[in-house]
Amino acid sequence: MNEELIISGRENPMVDPHLNIWHWPIPLYLFLGGLAAGILFFAALYYIMGKEKEYPTAVRKVPFIAPILLIIGLAALFFDLRHKAYFWQLYTAIRLQSPMSWGAWTLLVITAASVVWSALHIRDLFPKWDWKYQWLRELETFFNKYKKALAWVILIYAVITGIYTGILLSAFNARPLWNTSVLGPLFLASGLSAGAAAIVLMSKDPKERLLFTKIDLIILGVELFLIVHMFMGFLASTQVQRDAARLFLGGQYTMVFWIFVVFLGIFIPGILDLMELKGKHIPAVIPGTLVLFGSLMFRFVFVFAGQISRWLY
Amino acid sequence: MRYAMAVDTKKCVGCSDCVVACQTENNVPIGYCRDWVVETMDGTYPQLEIEIRSERCNHCDNAPCVRCCPTGASHKAEGGIVLVKHNRCIGCGACIASCPYDARYPHPDGYVDKCTFCYHRLKEGMKPACVSVCPTKCMYFGDLDDPNSDVSVVLKKRKSKTLIPEAGTEPQLYFLI
Repeated sequence: MNEELIISGRENPMVDPHLNIWHWPIPLYLFLGGLAAGILFFAALYYIMGKEKEYPTAVRKVPFIAPILLIIGLAALFFDLRHKAYFWQLYTAIRLQSPMSWGAWTLLVITAASVVWSALHIRDLFPKWDWKYQWLRELETFFNKYKKALAWVILIYAVITGIYTGILLSAFNARPLWNTSVLGPLFLASGLSAGAAAIVLMSKDPKERLLFTKIDLIILGVELFLIVHMFMGFLASTQVQRDAARLFLGGQYTMVFWIFVVFLGIFIPGILDLMELKGKHIPAVIPGTLVLFGSLMFRFVFVFAGQISRWLY
Repeated sequence: MRYAMAVDTKKCVGCSDCVVACQTENNVPIGYCRDWVVETMDGTYPQLEIEIRSERCNHCDNAPCVRCCPTGASHKAEGGIVLVKHNRCIGCGACIASCPYDARYPHPDGYVDKCTFCYHRLKEGMKPACVSVCPTKCMYFGDLDDPNSDVSVVLKKRKSKTLIPEAGTEPQLYFLI
């Protein structure tokens, strides 16, 4: 039997809340960033494939919410900083070893690109829109001319944004639950399925809804596979990672993870998507909302559970 | 130059004088600490083994906090000491999450704070405050590259361990066992 006592007051996460360093803004941002990445990915992809007319909701309409999501996410990140007046120091350095550093730069690019993408389609919302200044009109002509290049930038940066939200966590070997390379692809998959769900929710065209229901179903399957793969990796790994996995296999996060994330967020919407594809009419709002909810819960559960998983010595 | 510290777990009585000395020397805000004392008990009564350790930042050679810092505020100073530049720190908390020893805390002023091996005292030729005050003289400090420094001599003589070397951090805080 080994017993450990801390005699003098250390900031211990179990004793003292100081070390529970990341609160709700971080998982909220990870969700919004992933969702925006998913939305922008499909918009850019179908534009590049030349299917703008076939899938107008995905390419033109849904991306309007991406910059809003990103800006709310950035505000949440800023809110979580403790030394707020110094936030600009992020943009005085590029540190490739720090996922947060290149993530900050990625966010700058994708937010700007999503604003431009929305601005190019502003007349869909306000048909009589006219830019007030000549230079804005010139800028619009410029981006319209290079729209395909812009779409490629968005496509690539959407993937980086989606993956980086996972890599941000997986880079911390001090938190065994996060320290798995599956987390990058898993967060990307979760973001893409949330993006597809948002398109299904907002589209009124049955053909478009059918396509994105199909895409959603495939990605939910990939997600489920990655989750199983992650637990297999944990259970075959070191003691600390086995302990981390046990948080979800009988530990304190078991119920919330398997019920809200896996059952309600992946399994049920997957079944509903399947029924929809088999010709049964399912109101799109049910699977769509469940996928978004599951994606949000996944971030919350993972960020909080990760912070209590640790090395013991 | 490679600064390191060794703590004799056989001599330490867990009085926490090092903790108070550090708090006083470094104006650590009330309720926080840069070093702390851990007591572990092994075995079943009556065969018990006790180990008392004064712990702090391990000033790792492969420091995860320096690696993950997005601004470069966490950096390696002379002698491998890990320091935080207050005016570059944005208080994002990445370094706190990255430390397997939980050696960092968010200072109420916003930046992240931790043990500095009393860098300001070293520059004046003094030892860290915790080492200076230890009533049992159980702490040794010095340059590992200098074979005659206190820490080099004691590490050659005694059996020692570091904390969770399997985390890959290459810690430079040694415990004599």
